[in-house]
This record gives sequence, C-alpha cells and structure tokens, in this order.
Amino acid sequence: MGKKGAQVFVDTLLEEGVEVLFGIPGGVVIPIFDVLYDSPLRVILTRHEQGAAHAADGYARASGRVGVCLATSGPGATNLTTGIATAYMDSVPLVAFTGQVKTTLIGNDAFQEADTTGVTRPITKYNVLVRHVDDLARTIREAFHIARTGRPGPVVVDLPVDVSTAEESEKASREINLPGYKPPYKPNERQVMLAAEAINAAERPVLYVGGGVIAADASEELRTLARKAQIPVTATLMALGAFPGDDPLWLGMLGMHGTATANYAVTESDVLIAVGARFDDRATGRVDKFAPKAKIIHFDIDPTSIGKTVRPHIPVVGDAKLALALLNQHVRPMARPAWHRQIEEWRQAHPLTYDRNCGRLKPQYVIEQICRAAPERTIICTEVGQNQMWTAQYFTFRRPRTLITSGGLGTMGFGFPAAIGAQVAKPDHLVVDIAGDGSFQMNVQELATAVHNRLPVKVAILNNGYLGMVRQWQQLFYNRRYSATRLEGNPDFVRLAEAYGAKGMRITHPDEVRPALEEAFASPETVIMDFQVDPEENVFPMVPAGGAINQMIMMA
Amino acid sequence: MRHVMCVLVENRPGVLAHISGLFSSRGYNIDSLAVGRTENPNISRMTIVVDGDEVILEQIRKQLERLVPVLRVTDFYGQEYVERDLMLVKVAATPAKRLELMGLVDVFRAKVVHVGAREMIIEVSGTEDKLEAMVELLASYGIKELVRTGTVAMLRGNGG
Repeated sequence: MGKKGAQVFVDTLLEEGVEVLFGIPGGVVIPIFDVLYDSPLRVILTRHEQGAAHAADGYARASGRVGVCLATSGPGATNLTTGIATAYMDSVPLVAFTGQVKTTLIGNDAFQEADTTGVTRPITKYNVLVRHVDDLARTIREAFHIARTGRPGPVVVDLPVDVSTAEESEKASREINLPGYKPPYKPNERQVMLAAEAINAAERPVLYVGGGVIAADASEELRTLARKAQIPVTATLMALGAFPGDDPLWLGMLGMHGTATANYAVTESDVLIAVGARFDDRATGRVDKFAPKAKIIHFDIDPTSIGKTVRPHIPVVGDAKLALALLNQHVRPMARPAWHRQIEEWRQAHPLTYDRNCGRLKPQYVIEQICRAAPERTIICTEVGQNQMWTAQYFTFRRPRTLITSGGLGTMGFGFPAAIGAQVAKPDHLVVDIAGDGSFQMNVQELATAVHNRLPVKVAILNNGYLGMVRQWQQLFYNRRYSATRLEGNPDFVRLAEAYGAKGMRITHPDEVRPALEEAFASPETVIMDFQVDPEENVFPMVPAGGAINQMIMMA
Repeated sequence: MRHVMCVLVENRPGVLAHISGLFSSRGYNIDSLAVGRTENPNISRMTIVVDGDEVILEQIRKQLERLVPVLRVTDFYGQEYVERDLMLVKVAATPAKRLELMGLVDVFRAKVVHVGAREMIIEVSGTEDKLEAMVELLASYGIKELVRTGTVAMLRGNGG
C-alpha cells in the first residue's frame, strides 16, 4: 500500500529541510493538517491567511531559507494573494500551498472553489495544480528548487483534496524534471572584464546596489569592491544593510526619499555600477535624467531586468556573488580624492535633518533612539509609508537581512506578520516592527499569533492619527485637502495590546522614549509601544513623482 | 516592426493562458498566435506574431524565456523563413457566379472545399498579404463567414 498524498506532502517538506509552516486549516486541507498533527513540523496558526503569507515571507527574508505557508481553497487561497504578490515583487523565496476542491469538481463552481493557479499566475515565479498523487513529491521538490534558485520568488502549489487522500503508486515520480528552467548563474567573463576596465578608467564611480546583493549573499564581495577601488555606495530600500551604514563610503539610500548626497552622486557619476537592482521608478525618478553622464554597468541574474527601463552600456547576466568576486580580481585600487571631497561637501551641506528642538515627539527621533537602544542582533521590520521611509533614513543598518520591508508592492500590514516570521527564524534576535497606526491595523489580528506563540516581537507605532504618506502628498500637492486620511476611531493601542495579552506602553514625550525602549527591549513579552508623534511631520527630502532625483524638496 | 517568433513549450494545461497572460499583463500586443503539438506529443509549438520596437521585442523574448514551461524562444526577424496562414472563406455563390469564382480560386492556388446551392467554401493558404488580397477580391461577392488560423512559420535550412 502506498503513502497517502497528505503523508507524501509532509515527508517531502521534511526532506526539503522545512521546519515551520504558517497557515490556517479549512475543509479541503483537513487531511494535510491531520498528518501535520503527528509530524515534527512546527505549524504556526495565524489569524488570517494574509498574515500567514507575510510571516512565511518574513521568515524567508530573515533566514535566507524558503518560507512556507498553507491555506485552504477559495478564500484561503485568495487571502494569500497579497502576500504572494509582495514576495514576488521583492524576489523572496516562498512556497505557498493551497487546498483545492476535488479534481472531479474543478470548474463546477464548487463550495470554496477559486481558480487559484489562474489568480496567482501573474504574481508567481511558477505555479502548478497537482492533478495526480504520483506527481506530488516531484512537484513539491520542483517548487522548492524554483523558489530558491536563480532570481528567487514565490511558487504556488495547488493541491486538490483527492490528491491528498489518494495513495501513491509505484509509478510515483520524485526526480526534478524542468527542461525549460535554466537560471543563468556564471557571468560572462568578457563582460566582467569590460566592467573592470570601465571602473578602472572612472573618475566619479558610484555603486548602486539592490536587493539582489542580499539574495545572492554578496555583501562581502561588495565591501571588498567598494573599499579596494574606493567607490561610494548607495542602495535601494531593498538593499539597506547590504553595505555597512556606518562606513565612510556609504552615501545613504537613493531615490524619492533618498539622501541628497546619494542623489547628487548618482547624477554626477561617470560610471554607475548597478548590482542586483532593477532601476525601479522610486529609485530613478525621471529615467532620462537618471545618471545622465554615466556609463552604466548592470549586473543582474534576471535578463529581463536588464534593459527594461534603462539600457546599460555593459550588461552582465549572472549571480552577483560570482560576478563581483571575479570583478574584484581585475579592479585596481584607486583613491579618487577629488570625488570623495565633492561627496563630503554634499554630505556637510545636506545632511538628513528634522526639527530636534521643538519639544514635540518627532518620529525620526524615535527611530534614532531605537537604533541606539537596539542590540547588535536586531532585525527591523517596517510597515509601509512614512514609518518605512523614516526607518530607511534614520536607522543605521550594518548587516544584510536586518531590514525586512515591502519594497516593490508597498504592502501596508506587511511588517507585523513579517516580524512574527522573522522572530520564528531568529529567536535570539530582537525583532522590532516600526509601524504606522494605519498599517498596523491592517494585520493587527496577528497579535494573537505573537502572544500565543510567546514571540517577543516589539511593535513601535509611530502614531500620528493619519495615513501619513498620503496626507503628506495631500499637503504638498493637493492643497491640504485631507480626504479620507484622518484615522478617526483608532483604538486605544495600550488597551488593545492588553486585551490580547501583550504589553502596552504609551509614550508622549521625548524624554520617555529611551527608558520605554529599554524596558520594552528587555521584556520577554510581545510589546506594543504607542508613540504619539507630531501628527503633521513629513518625510524629507522628497523627489516629486516623475521628477529628476537631483531636484528634491528639502523641507516644507 | 513585425516579428514572427517561434516558442516551444511543454504541452500541458495552463501554458497557453500563461503566455497570453504575459502579453496582456505587460501590455504587449499580439497580432496572431497559433499553437499545436509537434512531432513530440509532450511539446507544443507556438508561432506568435507581434509588433513593436527592438526594446519591446527584446523584453518579450526575455520574458517568454523566463517562464518555466517555455523551452525555447526563437525570433525569426532578419532570418530566412517560410510563413503560412490558412483561411476558410464562405462566399455567396449563386450558380451564375460559380465559374467566375473558380477562376479566382485558380489564380490564388486556393481550393474549393464545399459547394452549396447559394454559397461555397474556399480554402486558401499563404502569407498574410496574399490572404488579405484574396479577401479584398472576394468581398464584392459577399463574404458570409471567414476564419483564419493565424501565421505558422518555419526557418529555412537546419535552424529553428
């Protein structure tokens, strides 16, 4: 007698090295949950499938391993989609399993039926409906292989209930068979040589690095390159931590809310070395004014990223770690004093700044204090909007995988469940979600998940009573018409935390910030800190949408 | 610029939807798409005709190559190839007009595959231009129905 599909599922996950999965049961996945009941796999029950997908994503980003989530058919699957799309946009290795109605009922509008592969096709690296139990083990192995190799991304495996209950025959296949999947790996040596020549001839080079550097585990090679050839480094939001934020070569983030120094340096550069970055509109601003004087070198593992918005002079397809290691052999040491003097002038003239002496509680101050109070082993998650941009600006990230944030999709509600996943992956780290009062409420139900699993995640709500980033745009570009951005009816976050069994704290004055953080960080509990910050504080500098990145609004 | 692309894919459910979905979600226009099995029943071959500049075409090719079920993409642009489109046209044909129509059919090396009391069905294959020319001529007789397969194409020589 062969193994049942549900058993094959669990055994194959164990073979893939999976330790934990995040999910919620439902009708068609009961057979799977029944086998999970006796298995060594840790199951974390979230309160919403979106929370499960983000938690698996946070787990993957913190650990570098594949995150796994599991939901039922129909609404379970559709609730995962925001999380899947988030992982897709940020190239996070995720395998999402969804239950499906019986194969004989597919297409009949059966109870809790949705065309999951149809719905998730544009937001996955790969998706597949398993039609026969004999294909199950092979399909799961293929899913993990695709999720973690090449440019990583989410894979959906849709499992009809009769596949889970059927018995495997001796014809069951296990070997990966993907003739159309050959991710590029080794870079072309000649192209790397051309890149090295261009860098050796450059007077004003800049490294512009993206999330691919973290995905490829290439931070060390990046540091070697930057220091050897004295090349200043800027990064996208996704790559903060890939290069030490306290290094003299660090320029800060570039783009819409980047530092003036980074944006000026890119604009004046004569050679721009893009590594694992995709020239996203938030980074480039107006494309034809982006690095207009530069010869552009573009390293990326995904050929579609090259030439999509900016055509590079020297494209290099392949793994960033291999490419940079090879490049480092051919790049010559060089001091470039004039370029560094110029950058230092910009740095002195245009530091990141806010009103430190007004006596009101400023969100930037809270983040600076979090940065000071946080121990070395800290992972910061963010929600999306002002909280995210202030974190990018005012927290000093020193190591890769210490910032977990939804960059491409910009998913509000991501940070808190992602922090839960990160804490599961890294139990010895302090995990802090820097949140807005708007975003936090989008997945606040996961407080139950954190408290029940004794996950000591800290949430720092920068509570301004607004959907702050939209309010900022309304203030600057829509004549202060705050249409639907005032969050009237917000709960008392301290009592809300307490209702879930978490610790709640309210902080209203700058002097209370440091002691509150120290108390929270020392606590073994899940802690919600409600920082009542200046409600109309804005994120500056700011490049208006569609503008050139050297044309910034510094302060309004 | 008109490009003819040959795309070899795994022959399984959802692949056609995947490819057409790629075109719609990225805003590329398909002029025609024809698909059928090859000599290997596990592999289907698509001929896709698209219009766009070099940059768009390069993106389309790379995006197609990125899909897991896609085995190979070949852009025929600038190469020697044969292309054919097959068309069936039902035209109004009273007995008095039959002979005249048969003459046209001969000129286009087409075939009459059905003759009825008041209509006939003509089968013609060739390049898109040839088919357009035939449609124009038949229009004056009254076209009742028309169907085309879309272009299929093959490189000359041993390539492909």
